[in-house]
Amino acid sequence: MSILVDKNTRLLVQGITGNEGLFHAQQMLAYGTKVVAGVTPGKGGEWVLNGKVPVFDSCRTAIEATGANTSIIFVPARFSPDAIFEATDAGVPFIVCITEGIPVQDMMRVREYLDQKEVRLLGPNCPGLLTPGQAKVGIIPGDIAIPGEVGVVSRSGTLTYEVLYALKLSGMGASTCVGIGGDPVNGTNFIDCLDMFEADPHTEKVVMIGEIGGTDEEKAAQFIAAHMTKPVVAFIAGQTAPPGKRMGHAGAIIEGGAGTAVEKVKALEAAGVKVAKHPEEIPSLLQSTA
Amino acid sequence: MKLHEYQSKQIFARYGIPIPKGQVAATATEARQIAEELGGRVVIKSQVLVGGRGKAGGVRVAKSPKEAEEAATQILGMEIRGLPVRKVLVDEAANIDQEIYLGITNDRTTRRPVMMASAAGGVEIEEVARTTPEKIIKVYIDPLLGLRDYQARDVALGIDLPREHWKPFGEICLALWRAFVDSDATLAEINPLVITKEKALLALDGKMLVDDNALFRHTDLAEMRDVDEEATAETEARKYGLSFIKLDGQIGCMVNGAGLAMTTMDIVKLFGGEPANFLDIGGGAGADKVAAALRIILADKNVKVILFNVFGGITRCDEVAKGILAALKEVQPTIPMVVRLVGTNAEEGRKLLADAKMITADTLADAARKAVAAAQA
Repeated sequence: MSILVDKNTRLLVQGITGNEGLFHAQQMLAYGTKVVAGVTPGKGGEWVLNGKVPVFDSCRTAIEATGANTSIIFVPARFSPDAIFEATDAGVPFIVCITEGIPVQDMMRVREYLDQKEVRLLGPNCPGLLTPGQAKVGIIPGDIAIPGEVGVVSRSGTLTYEVLYALKLSGMGASTCVGIGGDPVNGTNFIDCLDMFEADPHTEKVVMIGEIGGTDEEKAAQFIAAHMTKPVVAFIAGQTAPPGKRMGHAGAIIEGGAGTAVEKVKALEAAGVKVAKHPEEIPSLLQSTA
Repeated sequence: MKLHEYQSKQIFARYGIPIPKGQVAATATEARQIAEELGGRVVIKSQVLVGGRGKAGGVRVAKSPKEAEEAATQILGMEIRGLPVRKVLVDEAANIDQEIYLGITNDRTTRRPVMMASAAGGVEIEEVARTTPEKIIKVYIDPLLGLRDYQARDVALGIDLPREHWKPFGEICLALWRAFVDSDATLAEINPLVITKEKALLALDGKMLVDDNALFRHTDLAEMRDVDEEATAETEARKYGLSFIKLDGQIGCMVNGAGLAMTTMDIVKLFGGEPANFLDIGGGAGADKVAAALRIILADKNVKVILFNVFGGITRCDEVAKGILAALKEVQPTIPMVVRLVGTNAEEGRKLLADAKMITADTLADAARKAVAAAQA
């Protein structure tokens, strides 16, 4: 009934004793996610969240003791590449990096290394993911989505929350909502998620939320035309964005005339995707697809 | 962050890339002195962070110190694409035989740095890419291995560089790569790299862009930021951790989240208005942040209405409402304001704002429609 995370997810939180890490570990635990361990070098042996979660000095020791199968990273940007390498070398198969502001050259080295291993990274600079009713791995507010059959994949944060909330108000729920993040070099892209949603028997329709910058939406459009049987509804943010300016997200920039919203919408429509003019149109467009 | 030509060339020189002798001047007298020291012909080049300096008349050759002073006087009085020229670079003039383009940037598609070269140097690489893309040689660089010698040779071969220049050219390629990596650059470009009549390679012009996210480990580069060259509002916004970009419309937008901020601009346009800005207040929304954002938006005299669009997730709407109220007390705007609060504790948030004389909206479309109507009233 989901992709990537579900009730079998055993979560390790890297940076669990920091403000962000502790707050969100508590939120995830309250949602019902199995938060089994935390890592903060130098604080191994402590317990946090009313003695519910043990803290370890390293990912390796945390995994040996708890069997964690997913890691989420809440450490500052300058330490995040190392945190990703550590989780990778400790054998975690799925790593979610929430951190914003990692230098792009660091991310190119990270991605090159991860591609040589059997590891999936989600993010960085992302809100994580939510499988309503089963697991919340990240910072998406749990109460804005209900379980359902719509798969959601997005480069954005609050814009995704808008869409989940609009779906909920229309009585539609999500199978899994995945925030792939707003950086130019990331671990998981649209096509990876579309492929997983296509294979997931409990996902019936997919919402894809893109934005200006890069050509991932165009490539996703080609993938949809060639491989997707499930209907896809899309929205692209940044119609009014001026060229050459970074719109908040490191990856949201029109460079050398490439990466415009117009091009993306055109490619998606050519692939048979219904593209919403604004996010509130998404529920009715979904209802109109067979 | 953009670096000036003179800053980029100084960095290149540190890695052993040959650059012309020269110095920066802020006055015409200084320019004359530098020209005297250099002797012979010099080039006076405006230092502004925009392209097209040559076409705008911001680059001139001078045959004597007197001519250098005159040229500098003119150029220092110029504006290029709205930016006043505050500094000129006075460089020894070169005897150019051939011009080459050489640059490194990040390729999003392959997730690798790419070195690009072209025998058609001196013109913008985008222009070459548009008209004669076959003239651009590209080699993709493994970020873990770095640029290899054979790749530099491939570049030399690809642009038909005479064999006698391969060795110095290869050294320049590797030096440029090291400068690119060590500075966390997103672009390091020599255009043109010239072969002089004396058969030497020389980097006549240089350009570097540095990854803002990496400035924490490059305090020396961070100090090079020329705040005179950016819009004051953008400098001010950065101080408060706000992401702000000025646009030309009348509807000021204050939004949490970059994607939602872009969407808010789009929907304003969709309903017939023009957004005045992009503004992401980010996570949390303390009164100080909201007040700073309000001041920045209101500094733009075109703004006729402000649209607040906040989706409460982890940051609850009642907290945001309190932030807005405190900021309003401090800034006291006199123009109409439309507010839309949705998500966690939205009801409590709306109650708090009930007495603030704000126009409220439930949906995104409703908010945009009301903001456009208020701007036209």
